[in-house]
Amino acid sequence: MTLAVDVRGLNKSFGDKHVVQDVAIQVGTGRITGFLGPNGSGKTTTLRMLCGLLTPDSGEGEVLGLDFRKEAERIKRQTGYMTQKFSLYEDLSIEENLTFVARVYGLDDRRRRVREALERLGLDNRRRQLAGSLSGGWKQRLALAASILHEPRLLLLDEPTAGVDPKARREFWDEIHALSAEGLTVLVSTHYMDEAERCHDIAYIAYGRLMARGTGEEVIARSGLVTFRGEGPGADRLARELAGKPGVEMAAAFGAALHVSGTDRAALEAAIAPWRKPPFRWSEAAPTLEDVFIHLMGQSKDNFE
Amino acid sequence: MSATRILAVLVKEFTQLTRDRLTYALILLMPIVQLLLFGYAINSDPHHLPTAVLVQDHGIFARSTLGTIVRSGYFDITETARTPEELDRAIALGRVQFAITIPADFSRRVVRGDKAQILVEADAADPSATGSAIAALAALPQEALKHDLTGAVAPRTPAPPPFEVVVHRRYNPEAISAYNIVPGLLGIILSMTLVMMTSLGVTREYERGTMESLLATPVRPLEVMIGKLAPYVLVGLIQTVVILVMARVLFDVPLAGGWAPLSAGILLFIFGSLALGFLVSTLARSQLQAMQMSFFYMLPSILLSGFMFPFRGMPDWAQWLGTVIPVTHFLRVVRGALLKGLGFADLWPSLAALAVFVLVVVSLAMARYRTTLD
Ligand SMILES: Nc1ncnc2c1ncn2[C@@H]1O[C@H](COP(=O)(O)OP(=O)(O)OP(=O)(O)O)[C@@H](O)[C@H]1O
Ligand SMILES: [Mg+2]
Repeated sequence: MTLAVDVRGLNKSFGDKHVVQDVAIQVGTGRITGFLGPNGSGKTTTLRMLCGLLTPDSGEGEVLGLDFRKEAERIKRQTGYMTQKFSLYEDLSIEENLTFVARVYGLDDRRRRVREALERLGLDNRRRQLAGSLSGGWKQRLALAASILHEPRLLLLDEPTAGVDPKARREFWDEIHALSAEGLTVLVSTHYMDEAERCHDIAYIAYGRLMARGTGEEVIARSGLVTFRGEGPGADRLARELAGKPGVEMAAAFGAALHVSGTDRAALEAAIAPWRKPPFRWSEAAPTLEDVFIHLMGQSKDNFE
Repeated sequence: MSATRILAVLVKEFTQLTRDRLTYALILLMPIVQLLLFGYAINSDPHHLPTAVLVQDHGIFARSTLGTIVRSGYFDITETARTPEELDRAIALGRVQFAITIPADFSRRVVRGDKAQILVEADAADPSATGSAIAALAALPQEALKHDLTGAVAPRTPAPPPFEVVVHRRYNPEAISAYNIVPGLLGIILSMTLVMMTSLGVTREYERGTMESLLATPVRPLEVMIGKLAPYVLVGLIQTVVILVMARVLFDVPLAGGWAPLSAGILLFIFGSLALGFLVSTLARSQLQAMQMSFFYMLPSILLSGFMFPFRGMPDWAQWLGTVIPVTHFLRVVRGALLKGLGFADLWPSLAALAVFVLVVVSLAMARYRTTLD
């Protein structure tokens, strides 16, 4: 597998806050890599360093085969970046925004590209509408269209679907998969588990440190996490009693069922033993990505605080 | 540098400018309103100014001369001094605007036709207050003794005036006339609009978050600057035309010529003001801060440039400060060219100063413009 992004030892501090610590990011060419992590873990900062918007304190490696510290200008031309906060011009119309982008990248055949982008977006009849008056979902689609107008090889998306309804979210991801199928490499940060599951690979960052990476299954398998699922009348209400028992790292209700997880199987079984009798039914379940992420978050806290 | 990228920014800025209707209106209305306001305020022609007299001659000519002075409507005699010291105190303390002395030998000299004089001292600290009154004095000698000088002393026509009025302007030798003020307003209005409007340019991109997208594109700092400022060159030129036309039509300012150096001066000044605004916008962290910085620049531009107070009347340190301000040099070019019809030969030092200003500010702005979000 060739790597579109292969960067190691990435560091960034703001004042005395060490926001990104020794992070390594690898993104396979043509793959969709999900970038996950709690709020403030350094996702946006990392993405900004990759596209040359922030200068890393240290770090080395290549983006699209170019030295990412020395060739930021050339990388910029082949990279599309969709910001977390809408950053197109709200007082320009949809069409004017796209035209601006086309000009800034010096694209040939500008009118055709803009027209095609508008058609693909389904915004052709609203192209004179000011971007600021669009709903959240349409803004995201416009921002996506703007970031791929110059046909980049690498696409960096920073929480592209935050605050977007499920249908629009699904369509957005269909579009991303279609782009990926055409060979575009995508690195996308998100907080949604279902989106994480739609990625080929996952990178998980917490408190500025990369905690896990690989495919979803690899990340789950490597976590060493064991999960039991308890069912029965009032099982969901056991969560509070089980939380905090030795060996129980997580106890959370899922509908009427209860999930308890931990890395130490023996301790975990000992913890649930008192309730392992009728009317409760227990079964071992595969941990979900969410279980793993919450586990990783707790772990990183233990390590760094 | 790429022309397409500059065009991209330029078209975008221009569209944004036209979308902002209020700003659009202000650009056109501001020069008109300000010119009317200040032009007429400063052009005002005050009458009945307090005047002290020291009459040392009690002849008939002295009395009738005094009568004519009062009838001109500009002077109200509020004090009669008995000694020159008293007279001096009256004007020094600002109780009167004018002090008129009719010397003891006045009537005798008039009769003999021997260079009779009356002395008028004017408190010219506020030149707009005294300007027209002093102008009225010039016509005085012909008027004053028309009826008295008959018979033996009647002058043969045409005759030299029977006496002369000697005017001493005190406190402000370089009296500024309304003609001076209206072209001066050109400099002030241009810097006000141009510096303030562009000072928001980059700051607004940061505040609205659009800088993040802009920086992710291949656009270069100088391209952003040119693209952002170019629409405002047009704004500046439109304002200039509006002001010059109004100066001619409403205020009869003599446009004596010197159009070539004037154009050069106007262009340099517009570039300089725009670049300064851009520099401010790279320094300010918020639009409010940008506004404050622009105001900070505007005050000395108004007060120390020779617009408000005569440049040579200021203390050395203030003159030195004034020399650093581009408006100072711009005013010299505009007044020199418009009022006196001077050419490049006389105006080059001011034009050179403006050019240096443009270069320095552009370099500083480029050094300050960040290509990252650090
Ligand atoms: N320009 C800056 N100056 C100072 N601190 C900053 C700056 N940008 C980010 N930070 C801090 O760096 C940390 C990481 O921020 P970052 O935006 O990268 O997190 P994130 O993972 O994108 O979070 P979220 O999921 O909320 O978007 C945060 O604590 C944030 O406060
Ligand atoms: Mg973020």
